[in-house]
Formats: sequence, structure tokens, C-alpha cells
Amino acid sequence: MTFDRRNFLKLLGAGSGATLVGCATGTGTGTGAGAGAGGSLAMPKSSGKRVVVIGGGFGGSIAAKYIRMLDASIEVVLVERNRQFVSCPFSNLYIGGALKDMSSLTMGYDQLAANHGVKMVYDSVTAIDTANRTVTGASGTLAYDRLVLAPGIDFRTEELEGYDAATTPLAMPHAWKAGPQTQLLRQQLEAMRDGGTVVISIPPAPFRCPPGPYERASMVAMYLKAHKPRSKIVILDANPDIVSKAGLFRKGWAKHYAGMIDYRGAKRVTAVDVKARSVFVEGLEEVKGEVINVIPPQRAGDIARSAGLVGADKRWCPVNPTTFESTVAKGVHVIGDACVAGAMPKSGYSANSEAKVCATNLVAMMNGRETVEMSGINTCYSYITDKEAVSVAAVYAVKDGAIIAVPNSGGVSPDLSELEAVYASSWLKNILVEMST
Amino acid sequence: MIRTTAWALAALTLASGAALAAPPTPEMLANACSGCHGTFGGSAGPTMPSLAGQSKEAIVEAMKKFKSGERFSTIMGRLAKGYSEADFVALGDYFSKQKLHVTKQALDPAQVAKGASLQEANCSRCHLEDGKEGKDDTPAMASQWLPYLQIQMAQYLSGKRKMPEKMEEKVKPLSVADLEALLQFYASVK
Repeated sequence: MTFDRRNFLKLLGAGSGATLVGCATGTGTGTGAGAGAGGSLAMPKSSGKRVVVIGGGFGGSIAAKYIRMLDASIEVVLVERNRQFVSCPFSNLYIGGALKDMSSLTMGYDQLAANHGVKMVYDSVTAIDTANRTVTGASGTLAYDRLVLAPGIDFRTEELEGYDAATTPLAMPHAWKAGPQTQLLRQQLEAMRDGGTVVISIPPAPFRCPPGPYERASMVAMYLKAHKPRSKIVILDANPDIVSKAGLFRKGWAKHYAGMIDYRGAKRVTAVDVKARSVFVEGLEEVKGEVINVIPPQRAGDIARSAGLVGADKRWCPVNPTTFESTVAKGVHVIGDACVAGAMPKSGYSANSEAKVCATNLVAMMNGRETVEMSGINTCYSYITDKEAVSVAAVYAVKDGAIIAVPNSGGVSPDLSELEAVYASSWLKNILVEMST
Repeated sequence: MIRTTAWALAALTLASGAALAAPPTPEMLANACSGCHGTFGGSAGPTMPSLAGQSKEAIVEAMKKFKSGERFSTIMGRLAKGYSEADFVALGDYFSKQKLHVTKQALDPAQVAKGASLQEANCSRCHLEDGKEGKDDTPAMASQWLPYLQIQMAQYLSGKRKMPEKMEEKVKPLSVADLEALLQFYASVK
């Protein structure tokens, strides 16, 4: 006697039919400080304490929310470029055709603002003065007592000869920031002939979402197998081997996409030729493709670099592992992909977890209270097909001044699993609802 | 040189600052869970259980069994291994004190009514107060997501999750339709 799987999967489908945005709309009051149009950076400094959060992604939105939940006397201004956030997690499912649109990956900030009194400013920060504690954007300059910087990643395009930051992604999409780039890569796959070659180039670690490129290859393969079965995928990986969940991806590719994925390790792409539709490994070995997905080498978001917050590597922001306060500038906390968080990977769930640790200790510091040791989690799912997924999970703590994975915990799935694919969709729903309400 | 000294000093200050931090509070531990289980343990994902309002004993027991592998899981066993039993107690205590998360889900009123009478006769001695509470370490089930409850029941029926003896006695004579009605009832309780 077993429960009919289809039964609950159907119910699951019915549940997710109400989009996240719709779900969020049902719970809030619809009005409140910062809801709707958003403010500007010309807001005068109130007499009280003010925290400015830059970036409304997996880290920044949660930091803004939790700071307000922990201490409503702190004014929190969240500065974000875009009115809508599009999740990178699950965007590979759109690229593979398992999601017909990106509505389930998209959220706004109105409910977050209304429910928690977070003041939204839709602007792009152009300068941070860490000495005078101000941030500047097109709409003005804003003073802060503490700053939370969650800018995500930008690209080291100068390491790719022939790559123009503005135009090359329009021909060779990175799709490593979800949105139009994701749609472009999907369109290119749809336009490709059967028998074409898709090239995916993977940068050296560390980069945003370690298993992401391999999940992408899986999702592209799923699409090609169904619609263009004579096509091939060539993966040029700058790393010696698959960076995350290696055994599971290999197993999944052998099971579902035998002969379709040509994985080549230690093949670093250093040059591109848009006109010839080629990339070059170490500047020499030319690889051609009809669709070329160049994921460039990465570093902390540009604003972190221009504010002088990156470390000796000139790429990422070193932080105190308990408070996430920059070790370079006082009063600035850096979370998410941009920071160096020890053993924690650059993932959405890590950013969510880091944001709560940061919020807890930032509020403690502003109130002259003792800080609390960090405890964090990462959970991350990757789809091999639209019905089978794998996961990696870990618990994190601080030891000897560094964030480590708690010994003998965590790890990857024992095998591909339909149940994990089901749980993964609830993962997305929960993490986006937590950010947006 | 001056720069190096300043760096070393800064590093020292920060290191000693970190060393002064208090051990993780229950909130610190619980916040890490809420990315998947929702803020304060109120889940928005239909296959992820809400932890808000769950019984402390049930949470502690579940985490212990996840950790030992006695209870089947996909990801929870790997996560549970990162915590001590004292952490489980802190987490159980924290989530048990959160307000019950009322889920908005489409349920069939006829099934709910059928489940209501079935639970009275079969389940109410352990699943107390219409599933809002549980005897000893019996989990509260009120307002859980139906898909979550269905997955758990499927695991019980397939033997993947072991039923307590008393539950087995009650479940055996019931049909799948009866069980579905029971789950619909518990999902409906607010």
C-alpha cells in the first residue's frame, strides 16, 4: 500500500500555481513605510540609529528584515538597483525549459517594506565613504551608522581577451545574474539547430554557486536530449575537476545524458572571439560553438572594490567571522557572495544564513551588548533532470577565528532522488517568501 | 611597516572580539533553519514542515533520530549531525514557543469532516486537541501542509519511516482513503 505520488505532486503543483508574488500579496497590509514608489538617498538623517543595506538579494533583504525584527528603533534603508529580484537558484530550470516563465523566481520588495518598515530606495550606489559613513547614488547621499554591503559578484572580464563587458554578454551570455541574461541563453538554445554544439566555460573557483555550472549543463542536456538529440555540450572547466557534487553529476550524466556532455577539466578559457563564435583555452586551443555560455571569473561586486573593501587578493572582502564586519573598514559589514566566509560556499542559502548572523551581532554592537558566536547552515539543491535532484548541506561554526564546517556533519546526497526534487521546490518557495515578506 | 602593525593590531582586536562572543543562542541556531522552514518556523513550502508551535519533545526526538539515521531523511540527517543534543533541546524549546503557523491551502470539506470523526475514534489519544498537541513526543500536526503529511504517511506505509506500535495498530485497518481524510483534517486545524 503506497500513497499515490502523482496525487501529492499534483497538489504541489496546485500550491505553486499561486506565484510567490501572489502569495506575498495575500499576507501583507499593502501599505507602510517605504512601500510602493520607494524613497531617495537624499533622506535627511533622523536623530536615531540608521543602518543602510546595499543590495536586496538573498543576503541583503534578510539582513534588512532581521535588523528591523530585532530592533525596531533602528531605521533600515535598503538600497537596491532593481524593483524586482530574480533568483539565480532555479534559473537553470528555465534555461532547460522545465519552467515556462520566471514568475516563480521573481519577487518584489513591497511586502518586506510594509511588514517590517524597511525603507526602500531604488537606486544604484556609486560611492561609499567609509570614513564619513555615507553612501552616494544618483538620488543623493545618505549617512549611516552602520552599513551592510551585499553587492553579490561582478566579473573579472579583463582576464578574457576580446571580451567587452557591455557587448560580449549579448552574444555569449553568462546568465550568471538571473534576468534578461537567463532569457537570452534560453532563446539561443531554442534557436540552435539540432546537431549544434553548446560550449559552457567555467571560471576558476571561487565563484557564485559552485554546483551551478554543472546543474546548467544538466538542464541544457535535458533540453537537447528531448528536442535536439544530435547536439553536444562541451564543458571547459578552469578547475581540475567538477567543483561540487562531482560524483553525483557524473552519475547523473551517465544515467541520463550518455555521450552528450564532453567534460574537459583544467581547460581555462582566456580569450573569446564573438565573430568567429569561438573561445580559446589558455589563448591557444580554439573551441567553437553555436551557443557559447561564458561564465567569467568573478570577484566581489564593483562597489565593494571601489570602496576599498576587498582584501589582499583584490577580489573578495575579508570579514570578522562572528559579526561579518569588514576587517578593512569599521562600521561596514559584508555578507553573501562578496565576503570571505571561510568554509561557507557562495550560495543563496549561505547568504541568508550569514545575513541573520550579521543582523544579530550588528544589533548587539549598536546596543552595546555582547556578540553571539555564529551558527550557520547551507543547503543547496541541483537538478539533474526536471524530476531528479541532488543536494549538499552543511552546518557551520567558528573555530580558531575562522568559519568551519562542523566535523562529521553535512555532505552530499547518496544518490539522485525524486524526493529531493520535490523538496527543492519548497526550498525555493520558503527562501523567497522569507526574503519578500 | 606602520601599515603592517596597524593590520596586526586590527586583526588582534577582531580576533579577541570574536573570542569574547557568547555561545550561540537558541535564536542564532533557529535562524539558520528558517531559510527552509520559514521565519519563526512557519513554512511557506508545501513539502517542508512548519516547526512553529511544534512540541519540544517531538522536535528533540526527530532530530535525535535524524542524527542516528533511525528516521529516514534526505537532508535532515546530514544537518542534524552538526548539532549536539543540547542544541536539539534549545531548538525544540524555541520552535515550540512560536505561534502556530496557519497555512492557507485548498482542502476538501467532505474529507475534512470525515477525517474529523476518524481521528476522534483512532488518533485522539496521542494526537491531542485535534492535533494541536501531542502526548509525550507525539508531534503536533495541526495546520501542517497536506503534501508534507502525505509524504510522511507514504513513508510510514512503505516502511521507510517506522510507525510507533500504537500507531501501527490504528493505521492498519484504515484504508488509504481514510488516511487521506485524516491528513486533510489535521491540515485544516487552525
